[in-house]
Parts: sequence; structure tokens; C-alpha cells
Amino acid sequence: MTSHTYDAIIIGGGHNGLINAAYLARAGKKVIVLERRPIVGGAAVTEEIFPGFRFTEFSYVVSLLRPEIIRELELPKHGLKILPLPSTFTPMENGDYIAAWDDHDKTRREIYRHSPKDADAYDDYARLMVRMAMAVKPLLSLIPPDLASLSPRDLVGLLKTGLYAASLSEKDLYAVAKLVTQSSGDLLDDWFETDALKGTKSASGIIGTFLGPRSPGTAYVLLHHYMGEIDGAFRAWGFAKNGSGGVTASIASAARALGVEIRTDAPVKQVIVKNGRAVGVALENGDEFHASVVVSAADPKRTFLQFVEPKYFPDEFITQIRNFRVRGSSGKLNLALSELPNFTALPGEGELHRGAVSISPSIDYIERAFDDAKYGQVSRRPYIDIIIPSMIDPEMAPPGQHVMSCFVQYVPYDVEGGWDESKKEAFAENVIATLEQYAPNIRRAIIGKQIITPVDIERIAGITGGNIFHGELLLHQLFFLRPAPQWADFRTPLPGYYLAASGAHPGGGIMGAAGKLSAQEILKDGLR
Amino acid sequence: MLRTTPFHPRTSLINQLQNWRRWSGYYTAGLYEMSHEREYWAIRNAAALFDVSPLMKYLIEGPDAARLLDRIVTRDVQKMSIGQVIYTPWCNAEGKVLDDGTVSRLGETTFRMTSADPNLRWLNLNAAGMDVSITDISDQMAALSLQGPKARVILNRCAAKSLDGLKYFRLMENAIAEVPVTISRTGYTGDLGYEIWMEAANALPVWDALMAAGHDYGIAPAGILALDVARVEAGLILIETDYTAAHHALIESQKSSPFELGLGWAVNLEKGPFNGKQALVAEKAHGSEWMFVGLEVDWVGMERLFHEVGLPPQISPLTLRASLPVFKGSAQVGYASSSTWSPVLKKYIALAHVQKPYFEIGTDVLLEVTVEHQRKYAPAKVVKTPFYEPEWKKK
Ligand SMILES: Cc1cc2nc3c(=O)[nH]c(=O)nc-3n(C[C@H](O)[C@H](O)[C@H](O)COP(=O)(O)OP(=O)(O)OC[C@H]3O[C@@H](n4cnc5c(N)ncnc54)[C@H](O)[C@@H]3O)c2cc1C
Repeated sequence: MTSHTYDAIIIGGGHNGLINAAYLARAGKKVIVLERRPIVGGAAVTEEIFPGFRFTEFSYVVSLLRPEIIRELELPKHGLKILPLPSTFTPMENGDYIAAWDDHDKTRREIYRHSPKDADAYDDYARLMVRMAMAVKPLLSLIPPDLASLSPRDLVGLLKTGLYAASLSEKDLYAVAKLVTQSSGDLLDDWFETDALKGTKSASGIIGTFLGPRSPGTAYVLLHHYMGEIDGAFRAWGFAKNGSGGVTASIASAARALGVEIRTDAPVKQVIVKNGRAVGVALENGDEFHASVVVSAADPKRTFLQFVEPKYFPDEFITQIRNFRVRGSSGKLNLALSELPNFTALPGEGELHRGAVSISPSIDYIERAFDDAKYGQVSRRPYIDIIIPSMIDPEMAPPGQHVMSCFVQYVPYDVEGGWDESKKEAFAENVIATLEQYAPNIRRAIIGKQIITPVDIERIAGITGGNIFHGELLLHQLFFLRPAPQWADFRTPLPGYYLAASGAHPGGGIMGAAGKLSAQEILKDGLR
Repeated sequence: MLRTTPFHPRTSLINQLQNWRRWSGYYTAGLYEMSHEREYWAIRNAAALFDVSPLMKYLIEGPDAARLLDRIVTRDVQKMSIGQVIYTPWCNAEGKVLDDGTVSRLGETTFRMTSADPNLRWLNLNAAGMDVSITDISDQMAALSLQGPKARVILNRCAAKSLDGLKYFRLMENAIAEVPVTISRTGYTGDLGYEIWMEAANALPVWDALMAAGHDYGIAPAGILALDVARVEAGLILIETDYTAAHHALIESQKSSPFELGLGWAVNLEKGPFNGKQALVAEKAHGSEWMFVGLEVDWVGMERLFHEVGLPPQISPLTLRASLPVFKGSAQVGYASSSTWSPVLKKYIALAHVQKPYFEIGTDVLLEVTVEHQRKYAPAKVVKTPFYEPEWKKK
């Protein structure tokens, strides 16, 4: 048994853990990150599953990575490059398609082709969403104030503290408040009539949730999609060079340059508590590390129900964490392809292959996909969000061949009868059969596949329940309620113990906000 | 009508916006797609193919060829080895820059010079009494520039001979699609890159072969807009934007010496007599009044200017080729001549002329910007150029 002493120990080398470590090291602290896997990154990793084919295994687009983190940690100097993902292409069941291209006029004409009315509405809708994103986005870099309850009025008060509050009218702010409680389906029905347009837009409202587009609260998640857009030229939105693992690699490099020690293959078994304070951790192999503070950058269930004995937490807190919803509902199918999918709606290789392809022909289609999941089944015809990383970054696959990332919903964690190989194959088959309907050559193009269910997310990335955001982005799990009321400021009922990952405010996604904000709070508490 | 380049039959078909600019009397693409973003990223992450045929090109041959060029440019041509290329400015007798370009030594007594402006008259004036022939081959010779980290693998796929041994600023004879070409490891992007020189009549098969070989590596034809962002990141000057050619200047203050353009490294005062030498020796002794430097805008300060009016930062993705005053306190101490958002660095950067003593690296200055129709001052710092230099550029 060996023993080491640090200022801070970070459990988990996901991007939040690494960012937290980097900020603490930047403040002169001696920091170690302990990661259970042989590689860092958590849900932001790139792995060569088949020789020459590099999969952005879980997360696949960067959408919310905080510009101030990119700047302060000098991530571009450490190799971060965010490449444009300029379009979204939605093939339709009738053989046509609808697309949003990288040009305003071109997109307008495309929508006009389907509905002149929707083409007009498109601009107004986009403007409203940007204004609302301006209202909400500053909250991502704020510690949420501790409010006793959430009513729309409180929310308006909260938003008024934001950065752009001066430029937003009361009407805008109430629109945000309404959005928070609406379903994405209702919101979109107010604006548009084209099914495939509504389907595609509603999809961003259900990502990572166990809800359908008709469930209340999904409109807010949809807003998250717009947050990246207000960065303008800064563009924190796109596909990272080398996939999500490329983001992690740049953060790890920045952290190391700041003096952070990163140890992989180092699974933490338990947090060591002395005199009611977290003072270190013990690894599975018995090695011990001691520090002034212990930061968990793993999910809330592990953090509070596994690493620490429950007796150190109030009962009520434990109950809240137990009730924290982490049901995984998404899966992935990562494919190695010998050729590009050829879409019957727009044949040949083209612009569409460099953007996103969305299988979301209508709101009803997605709601039906959800119906399957409600009763423990994988969606027979799922929602699929596709990108082809090798078309954006030529280094992702051997020349002339491709990798394709398919994000799939709904894939329930608690599939009826439990997951086994045949169920996994059946899930992959649903996806391939669905794709085949739009791109008939897909089946013969497949030369390798990696099937990822929520159980695999839990097993590989170490996220309890396999929810992609460490806990759904539901209204009762956001802001000052995340992960539990009164404990949204990264502190925990156990002194010296902090939460720094996606299960904390402001939530999941490759954003880094939880990692950075928690470091600030730790330093405020006077870490020695 | 302006002239079209030998690649026009290809480039005109893919220019989606039919966006053409002018370059030395030729049509040249501003961009090929609806936005220049992918073209820019091709430079930094894959490979971008530029039609640079409008460059002025001169063939200089004869026993006195080296002597002539040595008299004109500020670098030492006599010392060049065969197969070497140099980038160099050249000056008038007052030591003010007339133009900048490259000189390639193709043989003991054979050189090729490229320039932005016509230089035939200047070359002939300087050749008086020398045994040398000067031919303007601008229209006979087509040129492509393949720039980006994948440039070498793409060329290796389609060229007769491997490019692996070709060093930075060296050239080789080669063939692509059975067309004889000269390939030099040069460019205007600060990335790994090559320029390919060929007879205009044989141009199209070379374009086709490069596009085919580059397909699997994300090759993208690219225009002036993308190039303009990359060259600012690389700290490379552009004539008539960052400086006025001395023989086009109407007043003295419009002229610049190579020192004032940050090209002091390309001035060899040790070599024999050359145009402008005396003036440059004197300037070197006294120190220059102006310097051409990089400015890095403090993004937090820039963002604040926008937040004051309730907006997120609104920055054009295009390089601004307009003069922006530079201040120290309330006194103007210079001006930025090119400024741009750098997508790879995620920084707002500018190339600026700054007066003594404010051009020292690390000096804090203010850059005038317009935010919602109002003049504002963004904090900026004098920094070293290039702003961006990938490790593979010279490797
Ligand atoms: C399939 C999928 C697709 C996604 N798509 C996107 C997307 O496209 N865009 C986007 O922005 N977001 C996406 N997300 C969400 C995003 O990836 C995550 O929210 C984010 O990466 C989480 O980062 P984190 O640092 O908070 O936690 P994690 O990345 O989960 O890191 C936690 C780390 O803790 C480690 N750990 C756990 N237990 C221990 C232990 N006992 N000892 C030591 N270490 C331990 C884990 O191994 C892991 O490395 C996706 C997620 C998934 C799963």
C-alpha cells in the first residue's frame, strides 16, 4: 500500500474532471486526477475500434464548450480545432427531403419548397430562439442562486440578473418561462406545418431524456441547441478534430502543462472520511491518496451512493439522490463503412455528407419511437442523428473509407428482459433497417459495427444508468435543483467533498461549466 | 473583359456564387462555396487548392542573371543553391519597398521571379549593360498552390516522384498526369504547402489529377477569402493592403522600408551593392520609426464592448482590409491594415503599423472598432508573428 498527498484529488478524468483539475492547478494547487479507464475522456473519447477506423465513441458534436474555458486554458494551443458541421439533411418517408444548408437564402428556398409559410416563420422563430438563448445562456456560467421553489416569476427574476438582460424585454423573458414548461411539439406546432421540419427540430428537445416530443419540458432542452449559435464567429459548435477525444486530448494536454498529474487505470473504491471530512481516496487496489479536498467528477449516484457511506449524508439528501433520474434512453451505432451512404432522396456524394443527417420525418414518428420505449422496447423505427466524421476530418478513417456515428433514441436502459447479445443485434438491426429505407446501400457498405446501449455506456464510460447527461435535463433536475435542492453549488453535505461533473449545474454535454465553476467554489472555500 | 486563367473551365463550374475578384487583370475566385469556412479549414486541417496563375512570373536567364537579381532584391541571390527558393522584398534607391515575391534558382544561370505587380520595366532598367535575357512568362505559365497538412500525401499520390525529400523553400522537377511540372515547397498560408508550376496549355490535367488524388483527404478548391484569413494568421503581408508599393505612393509617408514592414530578416546588408542599400544601412543605424507588428485583441475586453449594448460579440468571419487606428491612451500611435477573426486560434488578430516605441512586444495598445455604429476601443497587445505556425510547416 502506498500513500500520496495532494491539495486536491479529482475522481474521474472526464472532460469536467480534467477542467476542474486544470483550474485548480492554475491557482497553484497540487492536483491529481484518478481515472478508472486506461484512457481519459469519459463520454468524450475517440477509440480505434477497428484498425484505421476511429470512432467518436459516445458524444460526437461539440455544442456548448464554454468559450472562456477554451480561451483561459488556451485549448487551441493544445490542439483543439472545432470544424464546421454546416448542414442538416432530413430524408422523408415519401422519398423527398428537407435540409438546412449553411446559407440562409439557400435554406429559406429549401423550406419554401415545402411551405412558403414555414419559410417566413423560420426567420422569426430563429430570432426568438436566439433571443431566448441570450437570456438563458449566461446562467450556464453562474452559480445558481438558492431559490426555495421555481415559479415562472422567480425564473424571470433570475434571468434578469443575466448578461443580456438589458437588451431583453419582459415579453422575451416570459417567453422563456413558457418555454420551460412547454413540450417541443406544442412549441413547434405554433410555428410550422411541415412535418419533417418539425420532426427534426423537436428531436433536439428529446436528446438524452426519457420523454417524447409531446412531453412537457422538452421545449427547454431544444433551446440548448441554440446556445452555441450565439457565439457567432467564436463557434464553439461543430465537430472536433479527432472527434470528442480530440477535445479531451487538448484539455488533458493543457492540464498537464499546468502541472496536473493524471493517472489512468486507477479506479477509486472509496472516499476516506476522517472527523466528518473527506480527506482522501482509496483505489480498488488499496493504494491511498490524501488531500485537503476530494472532488468527484463522476455521476451523482456514484458520488453519493457508492464512494461514500450513506451515514455521512442526511437521509433526505440520500432520498433525493436516489430519486435523481438517470434512466438512459439513448444508444449509439458506430459504423465502419467501405463507401458513403447513398441517399435516394439526393443521390451521389455531396454537401449533405459533411453535415448532420437526421432521421426524424415527423413529430409523430418520434413520439411513436418513444411509445415503444415506454414499454421497455427499443424503438422499432428510431430517431437517428447521424454524422460522418471522416468527411469532416480525413484522419478518422483510411482514405476512401468512412466512419459513421449514429446516435439513436430510444434505447431503454431497462429493456424488457434485460440486455444480451441478441437484443443488441436486434437494436442494431432496427437502426440499419431504418437507414436502409433512405440509403439502400448502407447494409453492404458496413465493414464493422460497434453497438452501444445505455448498459454499455454505464460499463465503458462509467456513467450509472447510462444517461448521457449524468441525469436527464428535466426542469426538476436543473439549475438550483441539480443534483438536489440546496446542493447546486458543487458543495455536498460532506465537508471537503465536491461534485464537479455533468450531474451538477448546469448539466451535461461537452460544456466544461461544471468543472470550471466547481473549481472556483473550491478555491473560494479557501483550499490550502 | 478581364482574362480568365487556364483553370477557368474547371473553376467556373464550381464557383457557386459566381463570386469573382480581380487579380492582375484576371478573374480569380473569392470563394467557391456559399461560405469560405470549409475552404479555410481545408487549409488548416486537410488541403486547399488555389489557382495562383495570375501571379507575375519572369524567366531570367544568362551569365548575369544572378548579378541582376542580386542587385534588385535585398537578399543574397549569389549564394542561392540550385533548387532553392527565397522570399524577398525589393526596394528603390531610397530603400522603400517596391514589391515582394519569390526568386527560384532553376539552374546556374536560370531564375524565375514571381511578383504581385508588373516588374518587367524595373528588371530591364536594372539590366542595362548586363548579359541577361528577361522574359515575361506570366501568361504562358499556370500555377496552383496546394496548402494544408494533407498536401504532401496528396502530391505523393499523383506525382511521378515522391515529395518526401523536398525541404522547405526548395523546388524539384516532377510530373503530374504526365505533365512536366516544377513543384516548390512554398505558399502563402503558413502551413505545409506546395506550389505547382506548369505550361498553361497543360494545366487542366494537373488540376484534375490533384482533385482526384485529394478526394479522400478532404481537398477543397479555395479562393481569396479563405487565403486572406490564413495569410494574416501566418503574419504575411499583402501589397496595396498592408503597404503601398513605393512607385505607386503619392506622398512620402505612404512608403515603407523593409524594416518598417517587419522584413528586416530578409535584408542582407553584408552583400555587395544593391538597390536601396545605402538608405537601409542608414536606417538600420538609426533605428526605424515604424514597425509592422502583430496585435492580439483581448477577447474579454472586446466582448465587454458588445455586452455594454446588450449583444453577444458580432464579428465578421472575413478579413477586414481596412485601416483601423491604434491608440496608446488618447494618442494615435499607428494603424492596423489587416485584421481578422482567427478560427484556429479563436482570437481576433491584426497586422499593424506602429510607431516607436510602442512596437515593442508586449506593449498594451487600443484598437479602434465599431460596435453598433459607435467607436469603441478594444484592448490589444503587441505580439510576435506568425500568430499561427503548425509544427509540420517546415518538417
Ligand atoms: C452516447 C452519448 C452521446 C453524447 N453526445 C453528445 C454530443 O454529441 N454532444 C455533447 O455535447 N454531449 C454529448 N453527450 C454528453 C456528454 O458526452 C457528457 O455529458 C460529458 O462528456 C460528460 O462529461 P463529464 O466530465 O461530466 O463526465 P464523464 O465524461 O462521464 O466522466 C466521468 C469519468 O469518471 C470516471 N469514473 C467513474 N467512476 C470512477 C471511479 N470509481 N474511479 C475513477 N474514475 C471513475 C469515468 O470513467 C469517466 O471517465 C453524449 C453522451 C453520450 C453517452
